[in-house]
Amino acid sequence: MKTALKSLLVLWLTAVIIAGIAVPMVKSPSGPLEFPVIPGLEEKARNIFFHVPMAWTSVLAFFMALYSGVRYLRSKDQDHDLRSVSAAGLGMMFCILATVTGSVWAKFNWGSFWNWDPRETSIFILLLIYGAYFVLRSAVEDEEKRATLSAVYSIIAGVTVPFFVFVMPRIMSGLHPGSLGDEQGSGPVVQMNMAPNMLVLFFASLAGFTLLYLWMLSLRVRTARLEAVTNTIE
Amino acid sequence: MVTPIPYQVFVKEVASEFRTRYALNALLMFVVTTLTMVVFSLGDNTVPYEILSGMLWIVIFFSAMSGLSRTFVTEEERGTSLTLRLLTSATNVYIGKFLYNVVLILAMSVFIAFAYRLIIDDFVVRSSSIFWTTIVLGGIGLAAASTILAAIIAKANTKGTLFPVLAFPVLLPLLLTCIRATVLSVEGAFFSEAFKDFQILVSFSVVMIAASVIVFEYVWND
Amino acid sequence: MTPFHLEVRNVRKSFGRKVLFDAVSFDVRLGESFAVTGKNGSGKSTLMKIICGVLTPNGGSVRYVVNDKEIPLSHVAPHIGLVSPYLNMYEEFTGEENLRLFAKIRGIGVRQDDIHGLLQRFGIFEHRNKEARFYSSGMKQRLKYCAALLHRPALLFLDEPTANLDDIGIAVVREVMREQRQRAALVFATNESEDLSFADRVLDLSRLKIG
Repeated sequence: MKTALKSLLVLWLTAVIIAGIAVPMVKSPSGPLEFPVIPGLEEKARNIFFHVPMAWTSVLAFFMALYSGVRYLRSKDQDHDLRSVSAAGLGMMFCILATVTGSVWAKFNWGSFWNWDPRETSIFILLLIYGAYFVLRSAVEDEEKRATLSAVYSIIAGVTVPFFVFVMPRIMSGLHPGSLGDEQGSGPVVQMNMAPNMLVLFFASLAGFTLLYLWMLSLRVRTARLEAVTNTIE
Repeated sequence: MVTPIPYQVFVKEVASEFRTRYALNALLMFVVTTLTMVVFSLGDNTVPYEILSGMLWIVIFFSAMSGLSRTFVTEEERGTSLTLRLLTSATNVYIGKFLYNVVLILAMSVFIAFAYRLIIDDFVVRSSSIFWTTIVLGGIGLAAASTILAAIIAKANTKGTLFPVLAFPVLLPLLLTCIRATVLSVEGAFFSEAFKDFQILVSFSVVMIAASVIVFEYVWND
Repeated sequence: MTPFHLEVRNVRKSFGRKVLFDAVSFDVRLGESFAVTGKNGSGKSTLMKIICGVLTPNGGSVRYVVNDKEIPLSHVAPHIGLVSPYLNMYEEFTGEENLRLFAKIRGIGVRQDDIHGLLQRFGIFEHRNKEARFYSSGMKQRLKYCAALLHRPALLFLDEPTANLDDIGIAVVREVMREQRQRAALVFATNESEDLSFADRVLDLSRLKIG
């Protein structure tokens, strides 16, 4: 059963990736197997199917790490800390992937790899928070202390996240599709005004990446548990 | 007769500082050094006021980092944290230390702000009400985030270097808002124009203090 | 003295995966004296910290009931006093300032006479205006006793009661222990067989240890 689900997920993601890259984009699409051209984005719009789910996953992972951290503080059960650090590790990986895919896209769309657009800044902050979280963990030797301090840090960092939503757009005018400064109005993701077939593929990709993340998380948690057991035997 | 305990913790911090002069002297020298470097690097060049506003907050941020990192480290190093834990609750300790940090930061930022305006001719503030409101609200927010992070740092092995690393992402929304409000004060904007920014600063402090009071006891109690 | 009850149930403490002690349970009531003993590293000091509420156990509970009313651990400060090698004074303050500070942060008022009386009793009255960093280890230990007794605690906890003390100091401490046992209650951790004569009951942590 489980193997079947995992095989299905692999197939699912493969299909999503192939469709994301290969479905042609034409001026006036004549069927579900053709995407409309979004003015100002053109072929570069394909990044929606990869970059956005990665960014979403890294934010999801951060909040899951935060949630497990809170549960650790309430229970002092090391297993929650294992979950927290596993989620954060994957979150950091997806965060790097989202930054790289976004940056490559920015090079072709805006002409340079980095522009300090509000969204670029936000993902950069998320990277910094992940970085600080792991630096903090490496600076504490005692297991309990490490778990407690990193959980508290994730909470303190977590409560500042809403401020970015309010602060960023006020500070800088955005270039990112969907932000206020984006004159062409090509905000396919933020406003959800994609063509129906693109929307389907986008959500399929979102679901696929989320499930992939959850699968990887369960693998990491299991390895972390095994490592913990091995350490006790030594 | 018996005053609130957080106030007693605050008085203890002040008395201790006046005895040891650790933070004050180090902080004063840090501020003087940094401001001197700013002046030398500016030279005779005319620098846009946006950059000058940013630099003011860079000076305040790093001074705060160097001044507040030892808030709890001193208790851990001297083995008095157990004493304090025995005497009163975690919340009382947090509030007392936070109040002390607010006073320390406000004194420091007011000093920096005066010195900065005095030394750098190009930095002309046209709306003093916006400027000083920003300094005060920014200082309170800095103290709020720094207090809980200083408590975390005190329990980690590498004490000094980690502080700015942990603080920067947390403080960035505050710093960006402060810089923006400072730019407005130089532009001579109306107070109402900066009102949204002040709302952000106030809510940042409120959220940070509330979260800190809740989680502080987990950090403070071993 | 108001009736009170310290209830320790199934307390467990581990560091990492190493279990220090498990299932420690005992009760201390008004007029009782309880001793904790055990080899070095058996967890005497750790247990003392836990029952004073300054260290969180991994399992079990510590409850204080005064006048049939339970007091949360965060508010027991005015009811307990602790002398421990891990409890340090503020070095930049004088002996007397330390005592005043302790009373204030505990949230209790205290009279000048009481402070001076205690300092005299422990033989450090002449040093009261000297900063604590100039105190010898014996003088520091005496100052800790003053700080622990200042508010006449219902429960006095002593971790290694006679550490760093000379014969005169030890004599005063013995007197204090006798008084405390009569007046209220005493809990102490020691390895000195002489001290054990002050105890109604003794808990040996090295025997209890499991795993």
